[in-house]
Amino acid sequence: MTAAAAGAAKTVAQLLAAKDIVIACGPGGVGKTTTAAALAATAVVEQGGRVLVLTVDPARRLADALGLKGIGNDEVRITDDVFEKVGAHPRGELWAAMLDTKQSWDDLIRTHAPDDETRQQILANPLYQNISGRFVQSHDYIAMERLYEIHSEGKYDLIVVDTPPTRNALDFLDAPQRMADFFSSRLLRWLIVPYRSRLVNFASKPFYQIADRILGTQFLADISEFFILFQSMYAGFVERAEAVTRLLSDRRTTFMVVSTLEATPVREAEFFSAELMARKLHLGAVVLNKVLPEYLRDAHADKLAQSMIGRTTELAAGLSDDPVVAARVLGEVAESFLNFGVVARREAEQQAELKGAPDVLVTVPFFDADIYDMGGLLQLGAQVWD
Amino acid sequence: MSKSGHRHRTVASGSAPPEDVHGGGAGTGAVSAAPDLLDLRLLFVTGKGGVGKTTVAAGLSQLAAEHGKRVLVCEVDAKGDVTSLFEAPPTEFTPREIAPGVWSMSMDTEASLREYLKLQLRIPVVGRIGPLAKAFDFVATAAPGVREILTVGKLCWEVRESHYDLVVVDAPASGHIIGQLAAPQAINDLVKVGLIRSQTDWMLDILSDERQTGLVAVCTPEEMPVSETLELATRVREETTVRMSAVVINRVLPELFGQREEEIFEQLRAPDVERVLSERAGGTVTPVLEAARLAVTMRRTRSAHMQRLQAGLPEGMPVLLLPYLFARSFGARTTRQVAHAFGDELGL
Repeated sequence: MTAAAAGAAKTVAQLLAAKDIVIACGPGGVGKTTTAAALAATAVVEQGGRVLVLTVDPARRLADALGLKGIGNDEVRITDDVFEKVGAHPRGELWAAMLDTKQSWDDLIRTHAPDDETRQQILANPLYQNISGRFVQSHDYIAMERLYEIHSEGKYDLIVVDTPPTRNALDFLDAPQRMADFFSSRLLRWLIVPYRSRLVNFASKPFYQIADRILGTQFLADISEFFILFQSMYAGFVERAEAVTRLLSDRRTTFMVVSTLEATPVREAEFFSAELMARKLHLGAVVLNKVLPEYLRDAHADKLAQSMIGRTTELAAGLSDDPVVAARVLGEVAESFLNFGVVARREAEQQAELKGAPDVLVTVPFFDADIYDMGGLLQLGAQVWD
Repeated sequence: MSKSGHRHRTVASGSAPPEDVHGGGAGTGAVSAAPDLLDLRLLFVTGKGGVGKTTVAAGLSQLAAEHGKRVLVCEVDAKGDVTSLFEAPPTEFTPREIAPGVWSMSMDTEASLREYLKLQLRIPVVGRIGPLAKAFDFVATAAPGVREILTVGKLCWEVRESHYDLVVVDAPASGHIIGQLAAPQAINDLVKVGLIRSQTDWMLDILSDERQTGLVAVCTPEEMPVSETLELATRVREETTVRMSAVVINRVLPELFGQREEEIFEQLRAPDVERVLSERAGGTVTPVLEAARLAVTMRRTRSAHMQRLQAGLPEGMPVLLLPYLFARSFGARTTRQVAHAFGDELGL
C-alpha cells in the first residue's frame, strides 16, 4: 500500500477532495450527524461540485441541523440563500436525504421483481410489510443499498453518509453480506420445498411439526410465500449485495470516525477503528468533538485556582461595589476551574490512549453555543477543514 | 398532587424540590400519577446515544437495592458498561450478583431462545448447540422481530417468575427501542394462533400494565437530545403499549451565579481589575475567569433546552435532574452518587 500511503491526506480538505464517499461513524451523541452535515456544507463552499449528505439514522436529526423543515427519502437541495443568509457563497450544490426504510424497500422490490404480479404479492405480504417497516436489521441493509443506488446514478461528486451509532454501524457493514448469505442458504430452500413441489406432505416432517406448533399454519404459509416470492429476486439481490460490499472497500470510499473524549465514546470509537482496519476498510479521519479548551489543564492556573480558594476576601477587597459577593464569586470561579480541570485532564488522558492510524486526526473545541443553522455548520466545518 | 408544579418548576435552580411522583393511587384513570418508579417491576431506560443511559440504569438499580429490593439489571447491547459501573467483571446471560442486591446479565438472544424452548415449549432440541444456532440464525433472519421478541420475552419472563423485585433494562438507543417494545404487538398481528400467540399475549399484558412496566427516557440538556426525547415521548405513546414513567436530564451543570453575582463577575473581568487580581493572586487569573465564563455560557444554553423539554412533555410527566459529575473516572463511587441524587429527586 505504498502508493496509498504516499497519497495519504494531511487534512480533511484533502481527504474529501480525493474521495467520492465519506462514511461518518462512531458512537451516539458525539455530533456525528452535525459533523457530517458541516463537512458536506463546507465542501460545497470550499470545493464546489454536487455534494449530498445522506443520513441513515432512524432518529431524524439532520433536518434540524440543516435548518430544513423536513427531509425524506428523496434528495432535496439546500438552496443557495441558506448559505447567503450567513454570508457564505456556495460554489456547488448541497443536497440532503434521509433514509426512509419502507420507501426504499418498496423501490427495491419494484426494481428487482420479475413481473407485476410478483411485485404486488410481495408488497401485500404481511411479513414483507413488517420487515420493511419496523425492524432494525432491514434498516441496515437498505441503508447500504440506497448508498449504492445513489452512487451508481453518478449525480454527486461527494456523498457524506451519517450512520447509526457504532454497534449498529457495524451491522450495516455486514448487512449486504448477511443478506446475500441468507438468500443463498440451504435452510431457506429446505423450508420452501413443500410449498413449491407439493410432493412432500407438509405435516410429515418433524421440523414443520415443531414450526407449526410454535408459529401456527397461517404464519408458516406467510413465511413460505414470502420466501418463494423473494426467491425470484434472488440473483438480483445477491449481485447487489456483493456490489455494495465492493463499494464500501473501494479506494474512493473512506471512513471517518467521530467521537468525543468521554470514556465510553472513546472506547467505542477505538473498537470501531480497529474493526475498520481488520476489514481493510480505509480509515480516513478521526474527528474528536466538543474537546474542552487546553487552558483548563494549565498547571500554573490549577495551582493558582487552588490558592485562591482560601483567600477570596483578601483578593476581592476593593475591586467591586460589593466585596462580600465578589469574594463569593471568586470562590465559585476557582472551584469551577478545578472541577472542569478534572474533566479536561481526563479527556487528555483519553486522547493519549487513543490508538489507530487515521490519515487525519482533528480535534474540535467545545462551542459556546449550539449549532442550529448553516452559520454554525460552516463554523464547525472550518474547524475540521484544515 | 399539583400537576402545574411540574410545569412551572424552575429548571434553572440547582436544588430542585423532590419530584412529586407519589399520590393518586393506581387505577384512578389515565391522568393519575405514575406509580413510584421503584415500585415498578420492569423499567426500560432509553435515550439518544451517549446521554448516559447506562449511568442512569446503574444508579436506579443501586438506589432500588439500597431500598431493599432485589434488582436485575440487564444490558441489551452487551458492552459490559453496567458491570464496570459497579467495578465488577462483565456478566453473561446467566445473572450474577455484582453488588449487594444487584444482579446483572447481558442479553443474548440465542441463549434466550434456548431457555425459551426448554422452559416453555419443552422442545427436545436443547443440547445440540450447532444445529440450534444455525436454525436460530435462520429463524431470526426469516421471521421479523424474533430477536426483539426474545429480548423482550426474556425480560417479561423474569418479571412473571418474580425472581427479582425489579428488572432494569439498559435498553437500546431511542431510535431502536420502539421496534423492540412494539415487537410483541407486531407478532401478535401476524400470528393469529399457536403457542407464539399465547406467548405474546401475556407479554403484552405485562408491558401494557402501567403498574408493572415503565420507561425512563434519559437526555442531556442539549438541543438534539431534547428534540429526540420529545419525539420519543410521542412515539412511545402512539406506537407502543408501554407507559413513559419519567424523563431524566443528565449532566445538569451547577449554577455558578445568581444575577447579582454575575454583575460582580463582570466587574472583576474588566481588564484593569483583572490585572490587579492577577498581581494579588501571584499569577494570571485569565484562564480561571475564562473557564467560569465558559461554565456560565454552557449552563445558560443548557437551561434553555431544559425549559423547551419541560414545555414539550405531556402534563405531569416527572422530570428528574442528575448533576454533572466532575469525576476523574466512573465506577462504584459515582454510581452511588447517581443513586443518591435520584433518591433526593424522588424524595426517598
